[in-house]
Amino acid sequence: MQRYLFSRLVQSVFILIGVLLLVFFMVRVTGDPATLMMPRESSEESLQAFRHKMGFDRPLVVQLGDFVIHAAVGNFGNSLHFKTPALPMILERLPATMELAGVGMLMAIVVAIPLGLVGGSTPGSVWDSIGRFLGLLGQSIPNFWLALVMIFFFAVQLNLLPSFGRDTLQSVIMPSFVLGLPTMGALVRLTRSAVLEIRGEDYVRTAYSKGLNSKLIYSRHILRNAAIPLISVIGVQFGYMLGGSIYIETIFAWPGMGQLIEQAIGWRDFTLIQAIAFFTSVVVVGLNFLTDLAYALVDPRIRFGG
Amino acid sequence: MGQTSLPADQMSGLLIDEEQTLRHRLSYFGRLLWRDKSGMLGLLLFFILIFSAIFASWVSPHDPLEQNLRFNKMPPAWSAGGSWDYILGTDNLGRDTLSRIIYGSRVSLTVGIFGVLIANGIGMLIGLVSGYVGGRLDNAVTALINLILSLPYLLFVVVIAAIFGRSLLNVILIFGITDSPIFARTARGEVLRIRESGYVESAISIGASRQRIIFDHILPNLLGPLITVATFEMSAMIFYEAGLGFLGLSVPPSVPSWGNMLSNGREYLTSAPWIATFPGLAIMFASLGMNLVGDWLRDVLDPRLRRVKK
Repeated sequence: MQRYLFSRLVQSVFILIGVLLLVFFMVRVTGDPATLMMPRESSEESLQAFRHKMGFDRPLVVQLGDFVIHAAVGNFGNSLHFKTPALPMILERLPATMELAGVGMLMAIVVAIPLGLVGGSTPGSVWDSIGRFLGLLGQSIPNFWLALVMIFFFAVQLNLLPSFGRDTLQSVIMPSFVLGLPTMGALVRLTRSAVLEIRGEDYVRTAYSKGLNSKLIYSRHILRNAAIPLISVIGVQFGYMLGGSIYIETIFAWPGMGQLIEQAIGWRDFTLIQAIAFFTSVVVVGLNFLTDLAYALVDPRIRFGG
Repeated sequence: MGQTSLPADQMSGLLIDEEQTLRHRLSYFGRLLWRDKSGMLGLLLFFILIFSAIFASWVSPHDPLEQNLRFNKMPPAWSAGGSWDYILGTDNLGRDTLSRIIYGSRVSLTVGIFGVLIANGIGMLIGLVSGYVGGRLDNAVTALINLILSLPYLLFVVVIAAIFGRSLLNVILIFGITDSPIFARTARGEVLRIRESGYVESAISIGASRQRIIFDHILPNLLGPLITVATFEMSAMIFYEAGLGFLGLSVPPSVPSWGNMLSNGREYLTSAPWIATFPGLAIMFASLGMNLVGDWLRDVLDPRLRRVKK
């Protein structure tokens, strides 16, 4: 198990180095980062001054080394728009995004896993139909559109829930539900198919034939085996939610990292964008590592194997 | 290699056989489709999408760009103040919503089809080579695929779109390239499975060339899973293109697209909610259609699943 975790850790570090390179070259891929970051009508002199100030006139290798060394100690330079260091700004926004994604994930899990379990163990039943419908809906409904529809009904027409901001406890309900809906759909589908598949396995038949009651079979055999694919998908979906938060936070004016990146795009503040992209990737890679850890705890093949 | 040519009459016999099996297969697929009603619904939605994209200029009642400020923010026909001239109402500039949705299908479908073709082309090539050659190359490719797939995808798509600027070609290329790892992963996995199969072993043992194994044995068996993935990914691309449009990062604002309409309608959510409602429904039905077709294809193309279901 230690070897397994160590190899995962090494892999995570390599991924982060890859992301760092990606983020570095991303803004240079059009050839001139200065024209990307400066207003379109900038004069050649001001572009030249900007290039010198940002160090874009140095050799690429020197720029890369500089970027990597600074990033390693958490320094992503100043935001072009605010003229202050980028990292503290992101850290300030982090709790809001984590709250949104966390509540959304919780809603998805609480609804999807029981529904998928019941649906998978009674295929063709009413609950199964509801689960399959939800699975399809979560996959097909554009959540940025659903956000608008919900605002129209619950905020404008019924005046039940706040349509923007993060001021009251109710504020989190709509945005987190909308953000979590695709995940809810994916988890229902996955739980259902996992239960359907595991139900037919030999060890489940053996458990039945030796007289175990179905409660024990579900909790000990079916659920534990279904947990393995579920954990990996929950990890992936969390990363997906951090990306999807760009739309949802923008619509609901939720003061998180997603809203910040949308604003930064409007300001052409690419140093801030670089910092957010890298920082979000760090969070996602960290979550993936935790997923691997959870995997090892659930799956004895990994715990006792490699 | 190792082929003996057959006499002419036997050759023609073989050809007829092939035609018959093709017809047999088609009727078989037809029966499977008839049994799966949700697959039929999906295909119907997909054909509507293609039809409206191809015949947009014939079926749309108005010019999608024509502004008529006298009739601006007109509600849909069935509500008070609506007119059957503008069935789904008009937007803030008096442009016909229905016509814009019909023309908007062109953008969605173009992005979906070409995005998937590019992603599939790149991904299949990488997956095929990596899975077939194996060894160190395969390890490196797999690590790279895992790297890309573990990133927050949407965030990078949004940032890359912001860097390259608004154009249809850019959107297609962004999706085509960033989505290729999914196809590469599928292709690689399938190649590994097929390579170990009995028929490839037999082909090797009768001395078939590497080229022949790849083109005659591996590629045809690779197509089924890749087509299934392509349907789901096309649905995702239609979805994400609309998302980019919503943020103002897809095709230029003058082009009628579902995402651009949503982005515009968001401003008038309280005074004219229909402007944002209908393009959203269009995205949903297009995406639903592709997903249903994908589910159906997955069941049909994989005989193991066909048996397990129900």
